[in-house]
Amino acid sequence: MKIEFYQSQIPSDEILAGIKGGPDGALVLFDGIVRDNTRGRQTLYLVYEAYEAMALEQMRSLANQVLTKFAVRDVVLVHRLGRLEIGETSVLIAVASAHRGAAFEACRWLIDTLKKTVPIWKKEHFVDGAVWADGEPFPEAIVPTALPVQLG
Amino acid sequence: MQVQVLYFGVLKDVLRRNCEQIDLGADASVDDLLSRIRTLQPVSGLPWNSLAIAVNKFYVQRDHLLADGDEVALLPPVSGGCEASECAA
Repeated sequence: MKIEFYQSQIPSDEILAGIKGGPDGALVLFDGIVRDNTRGRQTLYLVYEAYEAMALEQMRSLANQVLTKFAVRDVVLVHRLGRLEIGETSVLIAVASAHRGAAFEACRWLIDTLKKTVPIWKKEHFVDGAVWADGEPFPEAIVPTALPVQLG
Repeated sequence: MQVQVLYFGVLKDVLRRNCEQIDLGADASVDDLLSRIRTLQPVSGLPWNSLAIAVNKFYVQRDHLLADGDEVALLPPVSGGCEASECAA
C-alpha cells in the first residue's frame, strides 16, 4: 500500500511498475490530469493544497477500507500538491487484483470518495482571474444537510 | 480555554490568515467557536454551514465540546482529484 503526497511530478511509471505482483490478473489505473479549461474558461495552471496530516490519515483509511470491502490485493493512492501545469497528473490511483471487476469497482470508489471526504482543495488560475473550485457537498455523516444554508 | 484554529481554501483567503489561537469559555462547543469567529471576523459571503469541522484531525459535529489545546480545522467542501462535474458524473 502506498499513500503519499508529492510536491513535484508524480513518478507514475515507477509507481505502476512497483505495484504489480504475481497473484494479480488486473491492474486498474486512474490518472487524474489537469485540463486546459473549466466549462470553457481557459486554465493557466492549478494550485492544490491540503490539510496534509489529516488528508494522509483519511487516504490511509480509504485504502484500508478498499482492501477490506473489495477483493483486491494492493492499492496506491497518491496526490500532487502545489502548482500543476496543464496535462500533469494531480492524482494517481492504482488497484491490483486477481480479477478486473473488483479492481474497477475499488478504483472508482476510491476516486469518488476521495473527492468528497479528503481535505484537499484546488485553486484554478484562469487567464482572467483565480477561484477556489467549488467542492461537492460533504456526505451527510460529516455535514448534516439539516444545517440551514446560510451565507453570512 | 484556548484552541488553535486552522483555515483552508477560500477561508484562508477571505479571512487573510492560515491559523490563529482563539480564547473560549469552558464547555464551548464547535458552534460556539464558529459564532466567536464570525463575531471577530464579520466578513460576508462565506458558506459557514457547508463547512466540515475537524478536531485533532477527525471530523466532528457542531455540538462537539472542545477542550483546551484542541486543533480545530475549518474545511470548505473539498475539491481534490480532477474536476468535480466530470468525475462525479
